[in-house]
Amino acid sequence: MTTPALAAADAMAITRRNLIKYLRVPNLIVFSTVQPVMFVLLFAYVFGGAIKGALPPRVHYIDFLMPGIVVQTVVFGSTQTGVGLAEDMTKGIIDRFRSLPMARSAVLAGRTISDTVRNLAVVVLMVLVGTLIGFRIHTGVLPALVALGVALGFGFAMSWISATIGLVLRDVETAQSASFVWIFPLVFASSVFVPLRTMPGWLQSFARANPITNVANAIRALTLGGATTRPLLYALAWLSAILVTFAPLATRQYRKVA
Amino acid sequence: MWSTGPVSGVDDVDGAAIVARGLKKRFGSVLALDGVDLEVPRGTVLGLLGPNGAGKTTAVKILTTLLLPDEGEARVAGFDVVRQQEELRAAIGLAGQYAAVDEHLTGRENIDLVGRLYHLPRDEIRRRTGELLERFDLVGAADRPVKTYSGGMRRRLDLGASLVGRPQVLFLDEPTTGLDIRSRLDLWEVIRQLVAEGTTLLLTTQYLEEADVLADRIAVIDRGKVIAEGTADELKSHVGGEVVEVAVRDRSRVREAAAAVVEVAAGAATQTQIDEAEGRVAVTVRGDASVVVDVVRRLDREGIELADLSVHKPTLDDVFLALTGRVAEPTAGQAA
Ligand SMILES: Nc1ncnc2c1ncn2[C@@H]1O[C@H](COP(=O)(O)OP(=O)(O)OP(=O)(O)O)[C@@H](O)[C@H]1O
Ligand SMILES: [Mg+2]
Repeated sequence: MTTPALAAADAMAITRRNLIKYLRVPNLIVFSTVQPVMFVLLFAYVFGGAIKGALPPRVHYIDFLMPGIVVQTVVFGSTQTGVGLAEDMTKGIIDRFRSLPMARSAVLAGRTISDTVRNLAVVVLMVLVGTLIGFRIHTGVLPALVALGVALGFGFAMSWISATIGLVLRDVETAQSASFVWIFPLVFASSVFVPLRTMPGWLQSFARANPITNVANAIRALTLGGATTRPLLYALAWLSAILVTFAPLATRQYRKVA
Repeated sequence: MWSTGPVSGVDDVDGAAIVARGLKKRFGSVLALDGVDLEVPRGTVLGLLGPNGAGKTTAVKILTTLLLPDEGEARVAGFDVVRQQEELRAAIGLAGQYAAVDEHLTGRENIDLVGRLYHLPRDEIRRRTGELLERFDLVGAADRPVKTYSGGMRRRLDLGASLVGRPQVLFLDEPTTGLDIRSRLDLWEVIRQLVAEGTTLLLTTQYLEEADVLADRIAVIDRGKVIAEGTADELKSHVGGEVVEVAVRDRSRVREAAAAVVEVAAGAATQTQIDEAEGRVAVTVRGDASVVVDVVRRLDREGIELADLSVHKPTLDDVFLALTGRVAEPTAGQAA
């Protein structure tokens, strides 16, 4: 049996291989940053004025928006996990990996870890841009780091959903477009861009339960200030629920098809 | 884990690097493998020869643990393909039908990655990578991303990567398909060297010539079944025996000559071809070529003068046609 140490080394080898691609094709990072930056600018300047009235007093829209955009970014980023796996599968690279005496878990672990590292790079770039147009963290370094950890952890969990889908569909384009079918409603029917109370009642109930809302709320609490325990617990509950459901599903699907 | 006990049928073959018994695999309504038996002694080369869709890749995937068989069993390097996958993988190398190299990594990084995944020590990986780049003539391109490589370079890199772990048993699935003649000949040379060093090789191909040149034994597979197995010579003689070909000086007597040859061969003649324009007769006879002596005597007695006389074995193309009823893919020399 591969020992945990070997399994970790294998996952790292795969992670490294995936990250080299992002380094060699830096446009991938640039464009995945441009999109959320456009969202920030669009919402801050176009809708910001209209939304402002619905915000709690003395909260700037940009401070409300950035945590939401961070969640949106990691969720969009996580869709690349399924795409990357589908790509490796169609190119036969996974067949090579599976013929090697490496840990079985390494391909999925390496892919989800490298997408998390990529998410980290994109989020850092975005927060820098946000800072330029007025975004401020009102708490401190530690809560801000916890917020970053929650965001990345959520992206990591979502990567396993994406992995499951990519392994089921096994086709790059289909995996790409399929992810938007479920990601879009989730992202927009949430508190990412607007406070929930501006929504009709039926939508509010959905949006309130939406994991994206819960994670965005936790990040807001950690960066804007206020009570953090409850939002953080809800966010972590969702994060773990997604992980314990989809990590085994993706693993099972990987064994079946790859 | 406790010993699994002897596996009936596959354990009792000494010295075999690959043993398969009754492998079956179904994909929906397609029976890709329909009871395949194979046996490859250590240090030898088996050519698995078959047309598109015959089941070659499916067989390779089962033997390399990428697919589980529905029925049957197999051992590679002594390890069971279902129960001892991890040990088995450490003993084999695989270059699949499509070069499985990473476009964005350099050639060196590709080999290095595979070395890490074989869990080789770092300095050995470095040494091996250098050796293999050299051997496959990729030193100049070693630090360029693979997406700048030609098809032949990718194939060579893929083969190089499959050798990092010094596998006891190597599987090459159509290693030269799509290569031009030069690259193909180069690759044959490298494969021959590997085999000379003692690697056991299972090679699939659609090219008769390739199987003839590289393989010690050939298994012809068609529609999921091994329909013939043996050395190239055995297969040829199994199907056609020998072809006795005579050319007569007086072309008007060619039919007479053909009748005489068939009569001399008695029941052994299986096929007769007459080319009146050239004055040639080709008769396929079962068994050996001793009949030639009688042919010469008989023609001499009848006063039929010979311009030429030859005896040759049928080619693998003849074998393939006879076995499958279909013409094989173009041979390596004609393709490209
Ligand atoms: N994953 C799969 N799903 C469905 N059918 C499959 C699958 N893999 C193989 N087949 C079918 O099984 C049969 C054998 O395929 P296989 O790939 O083993 O043939 P092959 O001899 O390698 O052919 P080729 O020379 O074209 O590579 C074919 O009819 C093929 O369509
Ligand atoms: Mg094939």
